[in-house]
Amino acid sequence: MNKSKIYPWYFALGAVLIYTLLSVMPGIMGIAYSFTDWSAYSKEIHFVGFKNFTEVFSGDNDYLGYITNTVKFTLITVVFKTGLGLLFAVALSKNIKFQNFHRGILYMPSVLPILVTGLVFTSILNPKTGFLNEFLRGVGLDFMAQKWLVDPKLAFYSVMAVDIWRGVGYIMTLLIAGILAIPDTYFEAAAIDGAGAFARFRYITLPMLRQTLAVTIVLNVIYGLKIFDMVYALTNGGPGHRTEVLYTAVYKMMSKGLYAEGTTISSVLFIFMVIIGYFMVKILTKDEVVE
Amino acid sequence: MMVSTKKNKAVQILLKNLLAWAASLLVIIPLLLVLLNAFKGDGETINMTLALPKSWHLGNFATVVEKGKLLKSFLNSLLYAGAGTVITVFFAAMAAYVFSRRRSGGMSALYMYVVLGMVIPVNYVTLTRTMQMFHLTNTSQGIILLYMAMQTPFTVFLIYGFVSKIPEELDEAAVIDGCDPMTLYIRIIIPMLKSALVTSGVLCFLNCWNEFMMPLYFLHSSEKWPMTLAVYNFFGQFEMKWNLICADVLLTCAPVIIIYLLGQRYIVGGQTAGAVKG
Repeated sequence: MNKSKIYPWYFALGAVLIYTLLSVMPGIMGIAYSFTDWSAYSKEIHFVGFKNFTEVFSGDNDYLGYITNTVKFTLITVVFKTGLGLLFAVALSKNIKFQNFHRGILYMPSVLPILVTGLVFTSILNPKTGFLNEFLRGVGLDFMAQKWLVDPKLAFYSVMAVDIWRGVGYIMTLLIAGILAIPDTYFEAAAIDGAGAFARFRYITLPMLRQTLAVTIVLNVIYGLKIFDMVYALTNGGPGHRTEVLYTAVYKMMSKGLYAEGTTISSVLFIFMVIIGYFMVKILTKDEVVE
Repeated sequence: MMVSTKKNKAVQILLKNLLAWAASLLVIIPLLLVLLNAFKGDGETINMTLALPKSWHLGNFATVVEKGKLLKSFLNSLLYAGAGTVITVFFAAMAAYVFSRRRSGGMSALYMYVVLGMVIPVNYVTLTRTMQMFHLTNTSQGIILLYMAMQTPFTVFLIYGFVSKIPEELDEAAVIDGCDPMTLYIRIIIPMLKSALVTSGVLCFLNCWNEFMMPLYFLHSSEKWPMTLAVYNFFGQFEMKWNLICADVLLTCAPVIIIYLLGQRYIVGGQTAGAVKG
């Protein structure tokens, strides 16, 4: 049978076209514009070579800091979401009362709008009136009451904590599905051989979860590098630029008319993501474990 | 020996349950905080606490709907997320079907190209330029097409997996019976893909509903704002009135929560289908 006749190419046209025009093309245009002095104030655009890139990487301004902040945010949230997600998944996968209730509740934050979650936490983390500090004072832990989003040393970690709160249930859910897909006979056989709970986790659960863990880590990395809503709602990059990440920085540059700078740091992320993205997509689309 | 393992097991189960309750509480408290404070009076929410409202101020919701122009933004959100979902799923399903059936050189490369979209970041600076070029800035069509561009890669990826589970022999039989490509797709494939379409549709709708950054960049007039943007603006205006903000937050999240409760099976199923194979 002639596959190209039964499955005509134009079926794919609509999706590919819109995706190309509004997602890929701006990315590639962005690389081109990174070599110019494009701004809201110049009528003509000039070629300036690698000037924008050397500016970003020279460290004379804060740009490099925004990139390292983004990477730091991604690494720390990935570690905690994966670690806690795994812990909860193991606890909630079997032999637990109200299992569906717990799972449903823990997953809930990841369906809510990220921006709204951020807004609510600006109240909870308010140093004077916030619920968290009121609670800590209430139970006599006054010394732990902090200026969560205001203290320059703490602010970024507070933002990460809220994001971990939001995202851990999603990771847990994926991992529970992974654990439940492991045949029970493996665990039973190991138990008969005298393997304790930890040994079963270490030698059955963990190796069998490798693919699922890889996928969750990839999804988290993608999410982390593109973070905007959460930071925008909680701190908008402040205090100083302590919590400034790439997308909040780009937003500010846009409103200041610094187009070339904005497109340059976007392009750094774009190029980086296309290169590692190839491997990430390989992990996501790997289907050797089907059935 | 036997006794101690039994004891161990009991301790383990106890610890697991304690952990589960601790984690659930950590999630419930903020949600409960919003729920309770949404019903409180004006002076009651300087500190948001878990105390029950002195009297239940249902009027908060009416105030919020009126002052926050929530009805308009609710309809906007519904339009953007609804239309975005329909066209995304419509085109993504057709593409995923062809990609999944023709896995030879060119087509599989094209599939990789589309799926790479799950990873690549948006360049908002040049996207703004592109949107202006096509006269799409500050229009509903523009935001809907943007949502489609953003949601297409994951939707294609998800449906692709479902298509490969439909046996190709079905297609062959249909072709022998004289089906043309379009009839084959509509009569045979679509009915088999029903649950995949619902799953990807629900996920797509949630993502579009929750989207904040795109409208922030591309919808400038307040009568075009979706709920996320309206709630943010409301927060800016009524910074101290947390009872009203909570009411607004509750109304913004209500559709999402309802969809979550009704379609939990599809949401969790869809998200795990991509990640857990087998």
